[in-house]
Amino acid sequence: MKRAAALGTAVIFLVAAVLVSAFVGAADLNPVNVAAALADKVPFIHIRTGLSQLDQAVLFQIRLPRIVAGALVGGLLAVTGAGYQGVFRNPLVDSGMLGASAGAGLGATIAIVYLGGLGPGTVPIAAFIGSLAGVGIASLGGAVGSARIAFGSGTATLLLAGLAVGMFLTAAQTFVLQRSTQVLQQVYAWLLGSLSGATWQQVLEILPYSAISIAVLLLHSRQLDVLSVGDEEARALGIRPGVVRAVVISACALAAASAVAVSGLIGFVGIIVPHVARRVVGPSYTIVAPLSLLGGAGFLVLADTLARTVLSPSELPIGVVTALIGSPAFIWVLRSTRTVET
Amino acid sequence: MISVHDLTVTLDRNLVLSGVSFEASEGGWLSLIGPNGTGKSTALRAVAGLLPYAGTVSLAGTDARALRGRRRARAVAYVPQEPVLPPDMTVADYVLLGRTPHLGYLGVPGASDRAAAVAAMDQLDVASFAGRRLSHMSGGERQRVVLARALASGPSVLLLDEPTSMLDIGHQQQVLELVDGLRRSSRLTVLSTLHDLTIAGQYADTLVLLSAGRVAAAGSPASVLTEETIGRVYGAKVEVRLGPDGRPVVNPVRNVP
Repeated sequence: MKRAAALGTAVIFLVAAVLVSAFVGAADLNPVNVAAALADKVPFIHIRTGLSQLDQAVLFQIRLPRIVAGALVGGLLAVTGAGYQGVFRNPLVDSGMLGASAGAGLGATIAIVYLGGLGPGTVPIAAFIGSLAGVGIASLGGAVGSARIAFGSGTATLLLAGLAVGMFLTAAQTFVLQRSTQVLQQVYAWLLGSLSGATWQQVLEILPYSAISIAVLLLHSRQLDVLSVGDEEARALGIRPGVVRAVVISACALAAASAVAVSGLIGFVGIIVPHVARRVVGPSYTIVAPLSLLGGAGFLVLADTLARTVLSPSELPIGVVTALIGSPAFIWVLRSTRTVET
Repeated sequence: MISVHDLTVTLDRNLVLSGVSFEASEGGWLSLIGPNGTGKSTALRAVAGLLPYAGTVSLAGTDARALRGRRRARAVAYVPQEPVLPPDMTVADYVLLGRTPHLGYLGVPGASDRAAAVAAMDQLDVASFAGRRLSHMSGGERQRVVLARALASGPSVLLLDEPTSMLDIGHQQQVLELVDGLRRSSRLTVLSTLHDLTIAGQYADTLVLLSAGRVAAAGSPASVLTEETIGRVYGAKVEVRLGPDGRPVVNPVRNVP
């Protein structure tokens, strides 16, 4: 598919996902009125919406922040997955690697167990710090393991260090949990991922980090293409793979931390969405990265719509929905992956 | 023109090259030959700026150390023995990567870069399958595509590490004739490593025979490829005769009891 056509299709998919998600839910909102209310928010357009005060509150204070947060988190997770896959030249890597998810999990657990009295805002901040710390420790571990500069060489060592750090942090989390079983359900609810508590405030809090990390990743997409011919040839072409890798991994860590701070742990988006993008438009990150951003946003908005409607009035954790779709899709990725390099 | 003086490379505390010197003129073809593990590829990688080295590498009179990153990559194109070819990438996108040395850190290719890539594809006769995936290429086509990527940067020096090691004899000749034509038409200086002594003698103007990281012999193919020298350096029994073009042909001879 041509690049412009693919991007256009992804934009339509995202808009459709947003509209469907805005229409569907426990409160029975009229789709025409919802569309009118959304259009009314566009500058210079004024339409009588026909929505009651209560319906407007449901739409603008409950559904829309959740939809925007879902789109932001989905886009971040998918573009981060594409970034990691580019620097490691491995289509099976995603933001859960390098200790990011495990660090976030430990941070959130510590916040819930020990800092519960400080208010609901503590968990996302602790998850954010934990995620960044996880990546930092994994990078240091990679540097020690390969006895070289972590980002400069030895990508396999860095990945393995990430796995080891992830296991260590998960063990630490289990230890903390075992000593505080009364908060088990609260912690697991967070670990399974959810957008049910998403607010405009949360969206605004992660927006600067998201914007920076997305901009950095999109601007480095051509560098990721150059890295696909291997470090030595990339150097012969005049780029410095170590610098590119350090910048992209840092941006990925920031993006993943922003995403988990809002939603908890949501798996598979970072693997499945870039893979579908590659199947549609080929391997160039100059198109895979923006397509993943849009596709991931639309995918998570739809997944969240399923999560909150399938068992209505109760909700499924969104991580369960993405895992149920993602696990079989992951097998498909494995099947259709030609080469796995580290 | 490329001039290498007293090149010494140490890798993991092992002295791989010691005091190697050679010179290739503009439009010339110099090939490094020698037994396995004598440092041929290492010398090429050092010239490409991919390894730390002692000694001097000069490109058109300029010390290569003064040319860092993209400037060096614009002057020198490097084709490794086994290039990494992303299987799903198209030929056109792959060749366009050759323009990377001409782009800024966050630059994207423009019209002139695309034109240069198309010209390189035309030169190597691969433009007809520009939209094909790299995984769908034969060995000969693949090597031409890799050369097109190397030429897309508009280099003055082309470094080829065993460019024909994966090819059958027909494709070997096809690729080497192409390189020979390019260096004559574009005044491209070619520095290669070649395993096959006859092929090296047929195409290169100058041969540098390495043995244990040092120069064992250097000069014209006829002066380097002698039965005595090959026997001494390779420990091989060969028969050398001159072909119709006056270049040496090396045949292994079996020791029959």
